[in-house]
Amino acid sequence: MENKNAHSKPESELEEKDNSRRNFLKQSAFITAVALTPAPAVKAAAMHLDEKIAEAFEKVPVKLEVNGVMHNLSVEPRATLLDILREQIDLTGTKKGCDHGQCGACTVHVDGHRVNSCLTLGVMASGKKITTIEGLAKGEELHPMQEAFLKHDGFQCGYCTPGQIMSAVACIREGHANSETEIREYMSGNICRCGAYPNIVNAIQEVKSGGQIV
Amino acid sequence: MNKHMENKILNKTSTLEGISRVDGRLKVTGKAKYSAEYSVKGITYGVLVPGTITKGSIKTLDIKKAEGAPGVLSVITYLNAPKVPGYQTDKPQAKGMLKIFYDEQIYFNGQPIALVIADSFERALFAASLVTATYNVEPHQTDLIKNRSNGFTPRKDYSRGEDDAYKNAPVKVEQEYFIPTEVHNPMELHAIIARWDADDKLTVFDKTQGIKATQKNIAQAFKLPPDNVQVTSPFVGGAFGAALRTWPHEIAAVLAAKVVKRPVKLVLSRADMFTSVGYRPLTWQKIGLGATADGKFVGITHEAAGQTSVYEDFTENSVNISQLMYASPNVTTRYKLVSLNVNTPTPMRGPGEATGAFALESAIDELSYALNMDPIELRLKNYADTDPLSGKPYSSKFLNDAYKLGADRIGWSNRNQKPGSVIEKGWLVGYGMGAGMFGAYRGSATVLARMMADGTLLLQTAVTDIGPGTGTAMVSIASDIMEIPAGKIKFDLGDSSLPPSPTQGGSSITSTVGSAVNDACKELQAKFQELNGTTESGKMDYVQILKKHNLQQLEVTTTSHGGPEQNKYAMYSWSVHFMKVLVHPATGVVKVDKAVSVADCGTIISNKTASSQIKGGTIMGTGMALMEEAVIDHRYGRLINNNFADYHVPVQADIPQVEALFVNKPDPYINPIGAKGMGEIATIGVAAAIANAVYNATGKRVRDLPITPDKLI
Repeated sequence: MENKNAHSKPESELEEKDNSRRNFLKQSAFITAVALTPAPAVKAAAMHLDEKIAEAFEKVPVKLEVNGVMHNLSVEPRATLLDILREQIDLTGTKKGCDHGQCGACTVHVDGHRVNSCLTLGVMASGKKITTIEGLAKGEELHPMQEAFLKHDGFQCGYCTPGQIMSAVACIREGHANSETEIREYMSGNICRCGAYPNIVNAIQEVKSGGQIV
Repeated sequence: MNKHMENKILNKTSTLEGISRVDGRLKVTGKAKYSAEYSVKGITYGVLVPGTITKGSIKTLDIKKAEGAPGVLSVITYLNAPKVPGYQTDKPQAKGMLKIFYDEQIYFNGQPIALVIADSFERALFAASLVTATYNVEPHQTDLIKNRSNGFTPRKDYSRGEDDAYKNAPVKVEQEYFIPTEVHNPMELHAIIARWDADDKLTVFDKTQGIKATQKNIAQAFKLPPDNVQVTSPFVGGAFGAALRTWPHEIAAVLAAKVVKRPVKLVLSRADMFTSVGYRPLTWQKIGLGATADGKFVGITHEAAGQTSVYEDFTENSVNISQLMYASPNVTTRYKLVSLNVNTPTPMRGPGEATGAFALESAIDELSYALNMDPIELRLKNYADTDPLSGKPYSSKFLNDAYKLGADRIGWSNRNQKPGSVIEKGWLVGYGMGAGMFGAYRGSATVLARMMADGTLLLQTAVTDIGPGTGTAMVSIASDIMEIPAGKIKFDLGDSSLPPSPTQGGSSITSTVGSAVNDACKELQAKFQELNGTTESGKMDYVQILKKHNLQQLEVTTTSHGGPEQNKYAMYSWSVHFMKVLVHPATGVVKVDKAVSVADCGTIISNKTASSQIKGGTIMGTGMALMEEAVIDHRYGRLINNNFADYHVPVQADIPQVEALFVNKPDPYINPIGAKGMGEIATIGVAAAIANAVYNATGKRVRDLPITPDKLI
């Protein structure tokens, strides 16, 4: 699942990105023109046209490949990947726990690497491959880490679980799961308030020692 | 239903040991839906605007900019909010839950002054930043220690025997203990989606521990028939007490949905979580403990002063544990509340008892050193065989077994009675223990049990599962009685249209709802027997019987509650926690090296989930002991660490392997399943066990939590 060539993108994709930037600039020029014409602008505001203009100005096109499905979206530049996943694509498996990159509940894989999606703007992820908890299983067949979490009861309320599992998979892929201590260190960005930590460590160790491809 | 009927579970040791959570697959695949995650047509987003003063009133509010911001549908404040019918009472000055957007009064810092509703979260969040206010500022008080003399006594002081008898004992300990404010901080932010389906009909997807309580409270607030309020909450992302009440933000979301005539989603921010949904109150305590030279308690005096808000009196059982835990002939307890310009506390895991146990179990440890006696021996010397408060016999108590189990597992024999005398690889080593107890309750619950033609058993009741694995325990019970595999049983919960169940709190759900599942299954079995014309109980071919009688299904709805035995016996769950800690002599860093928690809480219904619950409680207690502290800058009355970077909770690197052990002996009286609660006792006593281990390691007694490195160097 990991994209080994995260930085080498096909030509066509780069071109499209340039196109979107051109579109964005065109829109900006339009807004400037409106702004320089006070009377119509005032009228526009009274008719709530300002919102429509603002909307055109505010939104930029973003292409996200999430769990193998391409999404062509129009998002505000300030929208986080987390909120886009949850509110626009209805992939609510990725959780919001703090919105400040302090709890890890929102962990997803971007081009194979774990990131806090609450600290990642959607525009930053454009053109990248994103894997969320919903994309980990192969149909009905759970990922080995999901199986291990079930077996070892690596959760209680389940809210931090998607982030823990995404982090755990990355932890092994990164080569940071060679001992209990190392796992604890590299899993410390994912808070579990129910206190499933020992069970989570046991689950990760089992997957690591099982030698399954994660 | 005869609740005294013979029960097969009673003498088994968890026949379903190893059963995985029945909802586990949904949780590991991201398919479990929490309150904010329902796809609702026409959804809008609410963001609260917190006030920035600590006491006074709003002078002016400027919402024009926010109203004009793109996508904003409404900005609700006390000036324009429609009246909440339930807020209009005959006694407007009476204390009670904060009335949101009710008037200009400000009682604490962070109190919401506006709610912005927009068509996207980003737009609502931005517009919320545009709301400004000016205030009439009044001097505030947020410091409990400074205001302790202004405390009042919310309930009668307690005394048995002679007042303050400890003072005349040959050996005594007299010390003050302090716990800071601790915040529940479940990982799921409190969230609600409110949708009016008609002028008098409402649906809420809401984070709550009490489905029926939320239904009733919202119905009361908006003067609706309770049946017109649908509450849906099948998954709750942790709560620990923080979702026991129907909070102001829930009322605000319902109000906002009325204003914008569209569904409103309101998710609290992590910062909001510190000021909106309660916390374990900062509490000062003093223990006077006296004993004879051979360790028999002469008297215990336990005083406490806890903080509450100015608009509501929140009391808890901080001192009660000293009345209950040991056989002391003389006990005096005094409890005061101090009203401050803070939001109201709310029960947090082991409410009161966790606070009290820190003081009492620390003091007993101090006494053990004064007597030069092993702390376990000292506790056994003062072991209560009947309830010291009521004089009633216990329904069951095997705490002494728990002491032994835990001591063996931690390696208590390696402990050196002399503090600061063991060093391993440059770290000071210490062992400590702390015990806990909590009332074991059984309420009333109604369960529908329906056997379907395909052999699937459906169980339904309006309980929630905040994490312990309620569904898993209920399926275990039903599977055992009906003798059908767990995979053939479906447990529906988290929906107000289901038969009533109580609020998940006070460690009472397995006892209460588990008994109702037990009784419903037995009643269903009896109905099958009757249908089949058989008299012998036990396994039946339900599918064949249904087929024979040409039935699609057979069902019962059973209400179950305790009887006279509830008053005949004193019912408690017990725990003891053993800790091995390492303390770095130069830096004062404390590492829990090994933790063993033992619970005496009757029959263990579901071994796997029960173990996790105990471990989780131990870890929460570790946070209480070593890191958690919500800090107010008293100059401004404002929290300065309302986020996970500054308010530290335990993370992976802080926690070793934790062992959970169970006495696993049934309680013969509390209910037909023999199980008592374990959620609270998992945390009660942990903080003292760690403080005691730190003393054993270093010779330094830390009486104010958390035990941060600065207090040890």
